[in-house]
Amino acid sequence: MFETQEIINIKKEELLPKVSSLLKDGQRLVQICCTKGSKLVVDYSFDKNYKFTNFRLELDLQGDTLPSITEVYFAAFTYENELHDLFGINVVGNKLDFGGKFYRIKETAPFNKPPCQEVKNA
Amino acid sequence: MPKRTVIPFGPHHPVLPEPIHLDLVLEDEKVVFAIPNIGFIHRGLELLCEKKPFQDMVLVAERICGICSLVHGIGFVNGVEKIMNLQVPERAELLRVFWSEMSRIHSHLLWLGLAADAIGFESLFMHSWRVRELVLDIFEETTGGRVIFDAIKVGGVKKNISKETLGRILKQLDKIEEEYKQIADVFVNDFTIAHRWSGVGVLTKEQAELLGAVGPCARASGINFDVRMIKYGGYDKISMEPIVETAGDCYARALVRVREVYQSLDQVRQAISKMPEGGEVEVKVTGFPTGEYFSRVEQPRGEVIYYVKGNGTKFLDRFRVRTPTFANVGPLVQMLAGCDLADVPAIVLAIDPCISCTER
Amino acid sequence: MSDILKMCKTVVSSLRKKTFCQMYPFQPAKFHTHTRGHIKLDAAKCILCTLCAKRCPTGALEVDRVKGYWQINRYKCIMCIECVHACPVKPVKALTTEQQYAPPMAKMENERFDVEIKKPAAAPKVAAADAP
Repeated sequence: MFETQEIINIKKEELLPKVSSLLKDGQRLVQICCTKGSKLVVDYSFDKNYKFTNFRLELDLQGDTLPSITEVYFAAFTYENELHDLFGINVVGNKLDFGGKFYRIKETAPFNKPPCQEVKNA
Repeated sequence: MPKRTVIPFGPHHPVLPEPIHLDLVLEDEKVVFAIPNIGFIHRGLELLCEKKPFQDMVLVAERICGICSLVHGIGFVNGVEKIMNLQVPERAELLRVFWSEMSRIHSHLLWLGLAADAIGFESLFMHSWRVRELVLDIFEETTGGRVIFDAIKVGGVKKNISKETLGRILKQLDKIEEEYKQIADVFVNDFTIAHRWSGVGVLTKEQAELLGAVGPCARASGINFDVRMIKYGGYDKISMEPIVETAGDCYARALVRVREVYQSLDQVRQAISKMPEGGEVEVKVTGFPTGEYFSRVEQPRGEVIYYVKGNGTKFLDRFRVRTPTFANVGPLVQMLAGCDLADVPAIVLAIDPCISCTER
Repeated sequence: MSDILKMCKTVVSSLRKKTFCQMYPFQPAKFHTHTRGHIKLDAAKCILCTLCAKRCPTGALEVDRVKGYWQINRYKCIMCIECVHACPVKPVKALTTEQQYAPPMAKMENERFDVEIKKPAAAPKVAAADAP
């Protein structure tokens, strides 16, 4: 038995007002996740009374910024530090920012490496 | 203004079972703020999905954690079966429920032992783990392993359990319940345990909802939420109600876990009685997964989310795990503010930390 | 006062019972039928089909048909027994699992078994009248 899940696309500018309205509604922040395709797709998942909703926004592969939602949901600091460490997304306004040292890894943004360049033999 | 000192706690500490580091900011023995620090065992398992075929990723998912290994496998397989539109046979679903609930019993018994050891009650720790050995014997008899079971695959389960073995297991369960009653009696009625844990690490219902607590941590604060109520994979035949307490302190969390063991024993008996006679335990898998799905499963520690995304080849596009301890780090920071230094081990253990799950 | 001494009854009764611990390795370990252990090869039965090496999820097995050997890296093996299931030799498989950990090794090296390369039996000659 599988539950039905909703995925709603939003823009980066709508993120903070949307999240504030979800807090007033009593929704719980479930997770923040990122997938790398041709662009970086960031998913914000919320849950209330076993109903699962998902808000999706897109970012450029390199050099884009994301506003933090720790003003509204403080527990999001762990997910935003992870986004910074693994994907190199610059999150602005994180209340507990570890500055890229949350996971103690040597490489920067290992999940978001640019594709290998083809080397033509001379 | 009193002077503030910073004391490091962990990652090597005699009371901690897992490597978590906390920087405790103290004012005269009272903790003002705690800064969590993880990252000692990050293995980057999520990136392996690009190198291993999706059927072998079950083996990787099971090895994220040792205590909750089977439920990780079930969460992953649930997601892949949804995006491939596979219908698992009924006997396989009930076998998965049987193994999940036995997993929950063994995980809670392990936690009860560690929590008793943290407050110095060594004989209770040893007795809890002795009852746990009886549960691990059942696992070895049915799956072949004590910690990593290797029993789940995409499309069903790998091993069947015969009727005689199920009858023998029912008798073993009676023996386990009888021995467990003596230990549960101590946790519920003993004066020293109640005195040590009551009023420590309080999390009110509003704070728990705002910070997104999951699992027994949230249910001890009065939130009525258990992912098994969405009735995924076999749980539609099992009747249950979430166990909720209202006090919100460490004692309430212990009581929730003690009562969940009784509930799991009852669910195992229900699963065995409802298992159909005969029937297949697996369905043939053809083709490759396409699509995406968020699979939600109830681990012993709370709600775990699996995000799988397939693109039509044998390698998955993305495999993302969000484990319950990751969600409970925020509430942990809230619980530690204002407590005594001597209560810090009890509070850290009360959220049941599983750092190898958190960091993958 | 009786609330504090709740554990006494359990402790006293377990003092009188037999010890629960098993004195391993002085007593042999007890295993069940399905317990998984390390992989063992019967080199006389192996036909070097390489199906086990293709099925291994970690790449611990290496089978060479030209030079004639079967090699296992015990550190990579996770004892999932997929190779035992994949072995096609009948009636008894060439690969079996022993219910015990592999013995300890002093150096990290692969364990190699030499396998004799068996030539297949000559095909029967087809009569000129039966040829298509």
